[in-house]
Amino acid sequence: MTGGRRLGQTDGMNTKTKRRDGGSRTREMVLAAVQGLVLAVAVWPWTVACYVLALVSLALIPLGIGVFTTPWILTWARALADNRRELARRWCGMSIPSAYRPLPRTANPWKRTYALLQDPATWRDLRWLQVDMVAGLVTALLPVVLVLYPLEGFALAAGLWRTMTAGPYGAYGPYWYGFVPVSDQATAFAAAGLGVLLLVVADRFAVRALGLHFRMTRGLLTPGQAELAERVKVLTDTRRDAVDTSAAELRRIERDLHDGAQARLVAMGMDLGTIELLLDKDPEKARQLLAQARQSSAEALAELRDLVRGIHPPVLAERGLGDAVRALALRLPVPTEVAVELPGRVEAPVESAAYFAVSEILTNAVKHSGAARIWADLHHAEGHLRISVTDNGRGGATIGEGSGLAGVERRLGTFDGVLAVSSPAGGPTMVTMEIPCVLS
Amino acid sequence: MRVVLAEDLFLLRDGLVRLLEAYDFEIAAAVETGPELQRALADLEPDVAVVDVRLPPTHTDEGLQCALEARRRKPGLPVLVLSQHVEQLYARELLADGSGGVGYLLKDRVFDAEQFVDAVRRVAAGGTAMDPQVIQQLLARRANDGRGPVDRLTPREREVMELMAQGRSNAAIAGSLVVTERAVAKHTANIFVKLGLEVSDDDNRRVLAVLAYLDRDH
Repeated sequence: MTGGRRLGQTDGMNTKTKRRDGGSRTREMVLAAVQGLVLAVAVWPWTVACYVLALVSLALIPLGIGVFTTPWILTWARALADNRRELARRWCGMSIPSAYRPLPRTANPWKRTYALLQDPATWRDLRWLQVDMVAGLVTALLPVVLVLYPLEGFALAAGLWRTMTAGPYGAYGPYWYGFVPVSDQATAFAAAGLGVLLLVVADRFAVRALGLHFRMTRGLLTPGQAELAERVKVLTDTRRDAVDTSAAELRRIERDLHDGAQARLVAMGMDLGTIELLLDKDPEKARQLLAQARQSSAEALAELRDLVRGIHPPVLAERGLGDAVRALALRLPVPTEVAVELPGRVEAPVESAAYFAVSEILTNAVKHSGAARIWADLHHAEGHLRISVTDNGRGGATIGEGSGLAGVERRLGTFDGVLAVSSPAGGPTMVTMEIPCVLS
Repeated sequence: MRVVLAEDLFLLRDGLVRLLEAYDFEIAAAVETGPELQRALADLEPDVAVVDVRLPPTHTDEGLQCALEARRRKPGLPVLVLSQHVEQLYARELLADGSGGVGYLLKDRVFDAEQFVDAVRRVAAGGTAMDPQVIQQLLARRANDGRGPVDRLTPREREVMELMAQGRSNAAIAGSLVVTERAVAKHTANIFVKLGLEVSDDDNRRVLAVLAYLDRDH
């Protein structure tokens, strides 16, 4: 009895699953056609524009103009390639690794262009753009044609053949649907038959055709062994830096606790012990010691508070990066304007790194620049947290060995973040940072 | 006087309850989370609320947000905010509506029970209680430009101004500096002239004027 029922249930479920399978396959087919259409209509024109502009820009380098435009356009090509990587991941579940060298930090256009042209990834992008213009378009259109063309066959059978063969169209002879010459209702039905056949093919191959597009993209955009090795080297370096920095941090915290709050608590304990002894013998002295103990506890608290601020500032935990920088600006002796445009919370590790970076840069500006005003701007765009700190001081800041900025740069490196400094003698100084991150 | 107290750490909450009860306050409610605080402030109509900035469930600035929200709904509702750290940013938000009945103190200030209770009473009466550290932060920014009106104050006047900005009354300032109330009144008048502020007999308006002056962007 029970067995029978279970069997029946299983049967029912099977039919349902099958039906759902058919439905979802149709959906996938249509989806593939839509995605192909998006690639061909919304994305492809950018590919063409980018490739043409890149060629023009490269050709203009000897004239000097190209030096200014090339970094721009190559960054754009990167964005396009990254966009296609993202689409591959979202639409086909295909991951295409991306390995660009960090964007050059210097503001000098010659150096920027040179560094970009040195990156093999740049040339790979250009190769991909070239192929994507032709083969990319064809493979993107394939699923679209497979799904849409049968519809025309059905429309012909439903009566469209009359319009297509009557009037001015009639002069050109029969209307060709694929290899079927449509001239009357019978041939129109034959066209519909071909349409059905094509639809069966589409059902089988539309999704795969789109897959072909992204497989081709992957073939062209995947970095070679050498580049991956270089990336590994960068990661190893930044990881060692991160470990070193955090170990040094922990040592500093340990020392501060040991020499500060811990010592004060020991002293307080001793004072309390003495007070206990003196309570009966010398109440006046006991009272003095009590006041001293209270003072010690207040000092211990103050030290702990400073220590906490150095580990993770409370405002950062309570309000996030924007307000933490605002609170920081309010503590500076130089008037500082803070503009924040962050529609969400930055990931915790990046938030903390960015905060301390800004803090270091602001401190530098106050100490060395002689500025009368500072501006800090924080915003998130295109998957990057972008921060710039500008002061109207005397300029001349560099990311030299031993400068605070070198430390900031090293710490941002852990997050693939970059730091750029523009500080001509006489000012103004502008320090910008860019860290890839998502908002929550 | 009925108090609503919000503090998530048991030891501190318990200590505060005992301290306030010892000074004849009635504890209407002692809660530990933001939502509980919100309900207590809406339902119990306390004379004053003593609130920790950071409360569960988010452990961010939930307590401060509750306090600000309650004051938006009921302007002038006396709120004393306690925290492990003080930020000028938060002080500014608390003072923004200009209606008084606001306190913002470091938790350390509880050590001195007399002064702490005095602050609670002052806030409940519609006055102000700003932590000395807030005032010092404000002054640190001021003093830097070297030639501002604040730098023209005599050291004694500066002391008086710091205490006044904390929200102390003339009598309390006189007691604390061991001078006569008349001397304090004279200093106060000088301060207002030097800073170019309008003199007011209302203690609270005087405090808010000084705080607003110090917080103004130079």
